[in-house]
Amino acid sequence: MDEVDRNIINTLQNGFPVCAAPYHQVAGQLGLTELELIARLKALLDNGTLTRFGPLYNAEQMGGALTLAAVKTPADRFDEVTKIINSFPEVAHNYARDHALNMWFVLATETPRQILQTLAAIEQQTGLTVYNMPKIKEYFVNLKLEA
Amino acid sequence: MIADIKDQQLLEAFQQGLTLSPRPYAELGLRIGLGENEVIERLARLKQSGLIKRLGVIVKHRKLGYCANAMVVWNIPDEQVHGFGRRISSFEFVTLCYRRPRHGTSWPYNLYCMIHGKNRGTVLEQLRVLEQVCQLSGFNREILFSRRCFKQRGAIYQNAAPLMQPALANG
Repeated sequence: MDEVDRNIINTLQNGFPVCAAPYHQVAGQLGLTELELIARLKALLDNGTLTRFGPLYNAEQMGGALTLAAVKTPADRFDEVTKIINSFPEVAHNYARDHALNMWFVLATETPRQILQTLAAIEQQTGLTVYNMPKIKEYFVNLKLEA
Repeated sequence: MIADIKDQQLLEAFQQGLTLSPRPYAELGLRIGLGENEVIERLARLKQSGLIKRLGVIVKHRKLGYCANAMVVWNIPDEQVHGFGRRISSFEFVTLCYRRPRHGTSWPYNLYCMIHGKNRGTVLEQLRVLEQVCQLSGFNREILFSRRCFKQRGAIYQNAAPLMQPALANG
């Protein structure tokens, strides 16, 4: 990754235009040609530096639901519980964290009702209490990691 | 708001991502029988309404050297939490900031933020700056560093249901 790649990543984390020739427009800002920009983006996607290039939707406005949940997993059951939780397709991701509440996962479902159903199923299959931490308020962040 | 079935089809097709070709919106339109102008108008409206939250690239943190992430949680009095949430979320290294419910005395925290850094040291330094500037030192807080990421996926649904952001929603 060189300076040009870094510029591309930093610029496109701020947004991408909705117009007839968006690559042309962004390339102009970056001092590249349209085809150079497209080739660079392709390489960054192919080598995994970028995981996606496209839109991110507001789940709630789409009628879907999200929540953050956590469990306290005994050390000797860690792998077993991980396996159970990850087996649910509603689990979008799952992190081990340093705390008594040591497993934190995000559920993403098409309806709010499915969140509660899934949490109940996880409690039943793991025998653990699930702490449900749905958001009350989201504060806007300028989501950007400097490349 | 989703106005009609065409919006729905557009969102569904668009969540596959943008094509890497000079007229990506024209190509998107071809797939669902809409002209380029109409695609652009519809997407502009859906962006304006907030339904399209972001449009652009999503990076793999670890590839950029962001190897540490901490979830930091505070117990802030209810009447002050909103102000602190707004201040915390304005810091560039804060990648998420949410108010969430407390769970009794075992989990009294109601304000969460995520900080990504190159290593734990940089994350702790950023947290120190954040707490100093926002005057957060008087509140109970915990730092939960991630140890392992077991699962990470984007949620792609049919019927234009949500596309969630895999990498940063909690990691």
